[in-house]
Amino acid sequence: MAKVTFREDRCKGCELCTTVCPKHIVQMAKDRLNKKGFHPAEVVKQEECIGCAFCATICPDTVIEVEK
Amino acid sequence: MTKVFTRPEALNDVELHYCPGCTHGIIHRLVAEAIDELGIIGQTIGVASVGCSVFSYNYFGCDMEQAAHGRAPAVATGIKRALPDRVVFTYQGDGDLAAIGTAETVHAASRGENITVIFVNNGVYGMTGGQMAPTTLAGQVTQTSPYGRDVKTQGYPLRVCELLAQTEGAAFLARTAVDNVKHIREAKAAIKKAFTYQLEGRGFSLVEVLSACPTYWALPPAEAMKRLGGEVLDYYPLGVYKDKGAETDEK
Ligand SMILES: Cc1ncc(C[n+]2csc(CCOP(=O)(O)OP(=O)(O)O)c2C)c(N)n1
Ligand code: SF4
Ligand code: SF4
Ligand code: SF4
Ligand SMILES: [Mg+2]
Repeated sequence: MAKVTFREDRCKGCELCTTVCPKHIVQMAKDRLNKKGFHPAEVVKQEECIGCAFCATICPDTVIEVEK
Repeated sequence: MTKVFTRPEALNDVELHYCPGCTHGIIHRLVAEAIDELGIIGQTIGVASVGCSVFSYNYFGCDMEQAAHGRAPAVATGIKRALPDRVVFTYQGDGDLAAIGTAETVHAASRGENITVIFVNNGVYGMTGGQMAPTTLAGQVTQTSPYGRDVKTQGYPLRVCELLAQTEGAAFLARTAVDNVKHIREAKAAIKKAFTYQLEGRGFSLVEVLSACPTYWALPPAEAMKRLGGEVLDYYPLGVYKDKGAETDEK
């Protein structure tokens, strides 16, 4: 079991995290905007996360925390 | 559950002003992780340069100084000579380091100044609006090369690691990139090695980090990463260009 947490208000919607997840469970939340005005990234199917931290490694704004 | 990835302590908990997808943010974090892992935050002094990363003095949790455009290696030299027990690094863009600051860079390396340079090469002048830099690729369109860089009149892109490899004083020179997770991890290892060499008093170290400027490459961040991993890496090969430690330790 692994868990990823997104600090949504720091997200700039660059989408880089969505390009590296081996499980394809990171996507942009098209239903909402954060306070900066970006669609933030979010995890869907948290239970499939393997805690590899690829998403967090490529995030330029240190939005993502990973627990295992 | 334990945290396997979190913000390093040496990276202040503040918002970065960089554009979405700008790789300066990744490189800041890598430098901060290296500082944390070596436990040197209390003895480290960084020198910010002029470029998009000018505010890096607000972002790193260690002591910071700010240098005039291109002069960071000279300022770092002064700090290191006055306070030799400190770990001193500069954080410079390619316009800063390879244009106005070429002389300072070459001579700091040649003197074997025991400092570390983090060289962020994104191939443009980001801060001033995306003008051509000495590192801009042939044919690349910028604000000042609207038809693409023409090497006949504008010269060839400068390979800094290869140039500095000829200096006797350089102890460690590596070119890395942040276009994918593997390369990002390698970049961090190189930064940590450079700091370690400085702690061991081996001399000048420089880690070039090939970077993306999605805004002035006029590409979405993910596309900019692809360009970085493609034509940029093709012209600027990754690797270690000098490693005095490996040379002397082998003997
Ligand atoms: C003496 C001087 N000349 C010119 C400038 C204008 N200037 C500011 S930043 C910059 C280049 C920045 O490019 P780079 O170092 O590649 O950093 P980036 O913004 O791309 O990260 C220039 C030419 C200046 N600030 N001072
Ligand atoms: S930690 Fe790995 S598996 Fe989990 S969301 Fe991030 S990239 Fe995907
Ligand atoms: S990489 Fe970071 S800033 Fe970019 S979309 Fe993902 S969480 Fe947001
Ligand atoms: S202009 Fe380029 S280098 Fe500067 S913050 Fe924006 S993306 Fe980064
Ligand atoms: Mg630049």
